[in-house]
Amino acid sequence: MKGALTNVPITKEWDIVGARQSGRNMARDLGFGSVDQARIATAISELARNIYLYAGSGEVSFEEVQGEAPVGIKIIASDNGPGIKDITKVMEDGYSTSGGLGAGLPGVKRLMDDFDMESNEEGTKITIVKWLR
Amino acid sequence: MNPELRNILLENSDEIIQDWMDDLKNSKLKEYKSAVSEDLIEQVNREFVNVIFSKLTDEKTSESLEQLSERIVNLGWPLGYLTEGMQSFRSICIRKIIEEVNRDDHEFFLEVMDGVNNWVDPVKNELINKYSTNWTNIISLQKVALQELSAPLIPVMEGITVMPLVGTIDTDRAKLIMENLLDGVIKHRADVVLIDITGVPVVDTMVAHHIIQAAEAVRLIGATCILVGIRPEIAQTIVNLGIDLSKFPTKSSLKRGFEKALELTEREVVSTNEETGKVVDELISSIDKE
Repeated sequence: MKGALTNVPITKEWDIVGARQSGRNMARDLGFGSVDQARIATAISELARNIYLYAGSGEVSFEEVQGEAPVGIKIIASDNGPGIKDITKVMEDGYSTSGGLGAGLPGVKRLMDDFDMESNEEGTKITIVKWLR
Repeated sequence: MNPELRNILLENSDEIIQDWMDDLKNSKLKEYKSAVSEDLIEQVNREFVNVIFSKLTDEKTSESLEQLSERIVNLGWPLGYLTEGMQSFRSICIRKIIEEVNRDDHEFFLEVMDGVNNWVDPVKNELINKYSTNWTNIISLQKVALQELSAPLIPVMEGITVMPLVGTIDTDRAKLIMENLLDGVIKHRADVVLIDITGVPVVDTMVAHHIIQAAEAVRLIGATCILVGIRPEIAQTIVNLGIDLSKFPTKSSLKRGFEKALELTEREVVSTNEETGKVVDELISSIDKE
């Protein structure tokens, strides 16, 4: 299962459930505890929902990685949507363009260990990692 | 179809049927039908052949076809088995005609193809349509069933109602929850509503947002909302996400929430007999431990 890559396409609202289910299953298989599983599932839920809400469609993929700790889970959420105009602004708490809570992306950053975001007019790619400690 | 071709098919029908049955038995279709008895398969296959051959002579056999397809759908056979079976039936028929008539020009071959296709395809379409309508029916029924258990509001005592939420909350359900909550509060004249999220697997910002909105709406119509059933891992993710739930009371379990609700409505549970009261208390606390 090492290095295994799973892709979950996001096109419907219910795909969010599928994405976080497979993420949670993978996290459990890797040995994450229930609190971390909930963190990972929540982070996936946020990213997948962003894809669904702002880009319409995209995909979430999962990967087992090594690095700071022997085992970690890497989640990549990518889409070909309009991109994020102001990257610094979306990382501020309480900023939302859709009337939401505006806690999504900064929240995801706090839930996970590593957070990386690339965005331009051709799409957005967010990579997050949680290490098993 | 060309009457000449039709006669060839009818004359050789026994042979075609035999070939087809043998083909079905020997083919890899076997893996599909492990759960079904051979007799039943043969019986249904024969029935199908009867229907399809009667279709050849008489166009108006749609009723028996409908009955047959309904039966097959009810048997729950895999669609793959049917389409592959139909495919092999088609190729056997075409082969037979070509063997019988000794002509090998393109025109003739195309004519045979078209004839057989126009004969087999409507039957195939009928079956596939039956299958897909059956599936859509099941899905819509399940949707209705799911909606029925989606957001029930349970009045537990005067002024106190409980809404247990189980499963994923999407936009549609969030709307339903809000409507049921507000309707219920008015209908049952509730002062306190307990929203129990023990069964909600993930609380992300959207779910939290909907709960906050619902609680705020409940507050606007003069009742209080208490959020209960917050599991420790959910509490941690809520804090990590930085969601502010301080505007309304939250409790870890329904029991504590209920105690709070009694307090808010200026009531308490009193035992009429001290002995049994203790027993009940012990029982409740032992349940709580589990």
